Amino acid sequence: MAGTADDTFLQIRDLTKKFGSFTALDSISLDIKEREFVCFLGPSGCGKTTLLRAIAGLDIQTSGTIRQAGKDISNLPPEERDFGIVFQSYALFPNLTVNKNIRYGLENQKISADKIKARVAELLKLVDLHDQDDKYPAQLSGGQQQRVALARAIATSPGLLLLDEPLSALDAKVRVHLRGEIKSLQRRLGVTTIMVTHDQEEALTMADRIVVMDHGSIEQVGTPKEIYGKPATSFVADFIGTMNFVDGKVKARGAVKVGKAVFNCDTGTMKAGTPITVAIRPEDINAQDARKSDDNLIDVKVLDMEFLGSFDRVELGSTVLGDTKLRADFSINLVRRKNLSVGSELPVRLPGDLIRLYPRAG
Amino acid sequence: MSEVTLAAARAVPLTKPKVGRDDWIMRGWMLVLAVFLMVAVLLPLYVMLSKSFENKAGDFIGLANFQEYFSTPALFLSAFNSLYLSAFSSILVMGIAFVYAYALTRTCMPFKWFFKLVAAIPLLTPSLLSGISLVYWFGRQGVANNLLFGESIYGPIGIVIGSSYWVFPHALLIVVTALSVTDARLYEAAIALRTSKIKTFFTVTIPGCKYGLISAGFVTFTLIFTDFGVPKVIGGNFNMLATDIYKQVIGQQNFQMGAVVSVVLLVPAVLAFIVDRQVQKKQVALLSSRAVPFEPTPSKGRDMAMLVFCSIIALGILAMIGMAQFAALIKFWPYNLELTLSNYDFDLANGGGWESYFNSIRMALYTAVIGTVIIFFGAYLVEKGRGFSFGRNAIHAIAMLPLAVPGMVLGLAYIFFFNNPANPFNFVYATMIILVIVTVTHFYTVGHLTAMTALKQMDPEFESVSASLKTPFQRTFIKVTVPVCLPAILDISMYLFLNAMTTVSAVVFLYSSDTTLASVAVLNMDDQGELAFAAAMAMMIAYTCGGARILHMLVSRVLITKTQSWRRR
Repeated sequence: MAGTADDTFLQIRDLTKKFGSFTALDSISLDIKEREFVCFLGPSGCGKTTLLRAIAGLDIQTSGTIRQAGKDISNLPPEERDFGIVFQSYALFPNLTVNKNIRYGLENQKISADKIKARVAELLKLVDLHDQDDKYPAQLSGGQQQRVALARAIATSPGLLLLDEPLSALDAKVRVHLRGEIKSLQRRLGVTTIMVTHDQEEALTMADRIVVMDHGSIEQVGTPKEIYGKPATSFVADFIGTMNFVDGKVKARGAVKVGKAVFNCDTGTMKAGTPITVAIRPEDINAQDARKSDDNLIDVKVLDMEFLGSFDRVELGSTVLGDTKLRADFSINLVRRKNLSVGSELPVRLPGDLIRLYPRAG
Repeated sequence: MSEVTLAAARAVPLTKPKVGRDDWIMRGWMLVLAVFLMVAVLLPLYVMLSKSFENKAGDFIGLANFQEYFSTPALFLSAFNSLYLSAFSSILVMGIAFVYAYALTRTCMPFKWFFKLVAAIPLLTPSLLSGISLVYWFGRQGVANNLLFGESIYGPIGIVIGSSYWVFPHALLIVVTALSVTDARLYEAAIALRTSKIKTFFTVTIPGCKYGLISAGFVTFTLIFTDFGVPKVIGGNFNMLATDIYKQVIGQQNFQMGAVVSVVLLVPAVLAFIVDRQVQKKQVALLSSRAVPFEPTPSKGRDMAMLVFCSIIALGILAMIGMAQFAALIKFWPYNLELTLSNYDFDLANGGGWESYFNSIRMALYTAVIGTVIIFFGAYLVEKGRGFSFGRNAIHAIAMLPLAVPGMVLGLAYIFFFNNPANPFNFVYATMIILVIVTVTHFYTVGHLTAMTALKQMDPEFESVSASLKTPFQRTFIKVTVPVCLPAILDISMYLFLNAMTTVSAVVFLYSSDTTLASVAVLNMDDQGELAFAAAMAMMIAYTCGGARILHMLVSRVLITKTQSWRRR
């Protein structure tokens, strides 16, 4: 079968999930490699959690197949699958201590008491909670609870670790810290991991590959750099990071026209006259010192400046662009050096290789 | 041919979830529960309904029984009596309960703890007790007889006062809950907008608790409408539906007409139940918003007025139970007022000796233990079961039904169903078992709802985590679900125990000479004119229930201290 490489650990084919007439997942196909850290990223309601729950067997799909480690698990109940899971709420058993929570899954497997004890100690050390094992979940901070949930999920050494928005209940600082911890833990254990998140920063920093989803379909699968640098669809471009979208037309092969301005860029196989959306990230708009006879250069006027700490988000207008405005990120250095303020005029360059084109209706 | 192959190619094979070991076990238990609910609820009611369409020989005669019923003025009159008296008493109780609840929740009235305590007293006594007490107060030889200006307490007046007494805590509980759920910010906004106190009351307070009030109104109406104890003791010749069933069945052995009256009693009760459920759904929507708790501020005039009002009501309640206690200790009313314990020598009375008291204790304990196990585990299967939603929804629907079925109706239905020699369950008839089954069934719904609420508050992912750790569901049920829900479980068992001790309506048709019960003994003693014995027995029930309440409180307190390390708060 196509796409079945040797190192494919989880193979999802034509997965569809319907709730009544609502299609939550629309024929999803996806391969996940062994030891890989994959993030399902998308806005709420895009189907990412539904997909995770289907993989876990908690909400079994309407149709389609899932194979894990070569075994067809499509219709198995969760207890017959091989995974550990951490929920957004952690779902720690409130009446059991940290120690008992972690050993919960070990106790009903035929493992000797000594081995369980050793394993729990090892796990407690792994998540840095060895001095907290007599405490109850309510006595721990959010970050500590999260680590207990993680330890409990990996206690039985499952082949697949599922994380359902594991960081979204935490404070911003703890979240950033735990991102790194989870990632390094995952690397050390080498466990194939799927994390669901709506936080693009989380996905970009943690994932080996990101699966961007919208309306029950996969929009793009790729490394964080691919997703950010070469968003496949205008949805991905808009959802991840910030993007300027302006209406334009293909002028000729290798050139697009926006207002009266012409930019050189890769137009692929699109014919002249095709209406398109031209996209470029604010940080990719470069301020120039002087107008050279370079291509993709336009003269702009600063209409508004928004101070955002290390940089300013600047709104630019240009006579050649008509009513269309562009947002550009100019570093504090640049703003200082060029003494920019509202009303300043300067030339900017839109590098052709960083311009993305998306089809536009009409 | 080719079309067929094309269609087959296009059709996507649907994934059929494999039914795991846990699922099979759960479904097995659901089946057991479904059989129990069939036998305890649905089949008896079905048999009773069909009896109302049969003649004495058992032939189907359509609506002829109903025709006869509605053309007999005496019978029809009691339907009218029941309706208007219940409506009147409900309005009265609701008015009192609202002011009382307002005083408890929205004012700085002193001694709130005392008024809360007193208001709960009627829950500990059978509804019969208020009737007996009223006889001593206002009966022909009553102490305050002349307060009635020649009117007789036997009849509507007695029924209204007696009913109001025993349903008061039920109404109060709902209204207090409704008034407690409020957002202080609304009142701050009203003050900021310079709204007058009275206008604030009608635009903020009343709309905020209106669903609670409506719900309390329906509950109160249904309780009074279906009650048997009060009209039996104090009703005199004033006929009500519940007493009619008793007269038709026990007095005239006319079971068919008893079934007809039951249907007439059942219909308004079911209607009230359905409306109440709809109203309560809306109440939930109000609850879910995050509100700032309301803290009442002192206001001397209002707080004093409330203190006076609540004192009068509390005095009334204390007078009711106090008189019953006094009567139980008096040698020979009203001629010899010396104190004595001889009225507690129940073995001398006709209507049931000490044996019936101990039978009641046994019955209440069995009901509390067995009922709690069935109800809680049943609610667990409904709430936490996986898949098989048809079965779970069906069980939930049947579990809601008993709340709408008056005790008299349930009791009569049990006679029809279990007394049939062809019924394989016939062996339980006239035993302790049937008393336990009917009592568990009669009070099933409130326990079920309590359990459902507790289970819903638990993280829904406990079961998912447990499955991912390959732990059988029973283990998580025992190790996590039960300990976390223990307060609710204790509440359910307490509720069952108290009701089993005090109930008359369902069991009055089902006890045998070996299984007489204390509450029924009160009824029979009263019937025989042995009022002092009846008062003493009613007080025995009250002591027992009071003791059980204290025990429940102590156990709960110990439990909370023991588990406070993991319970927040």
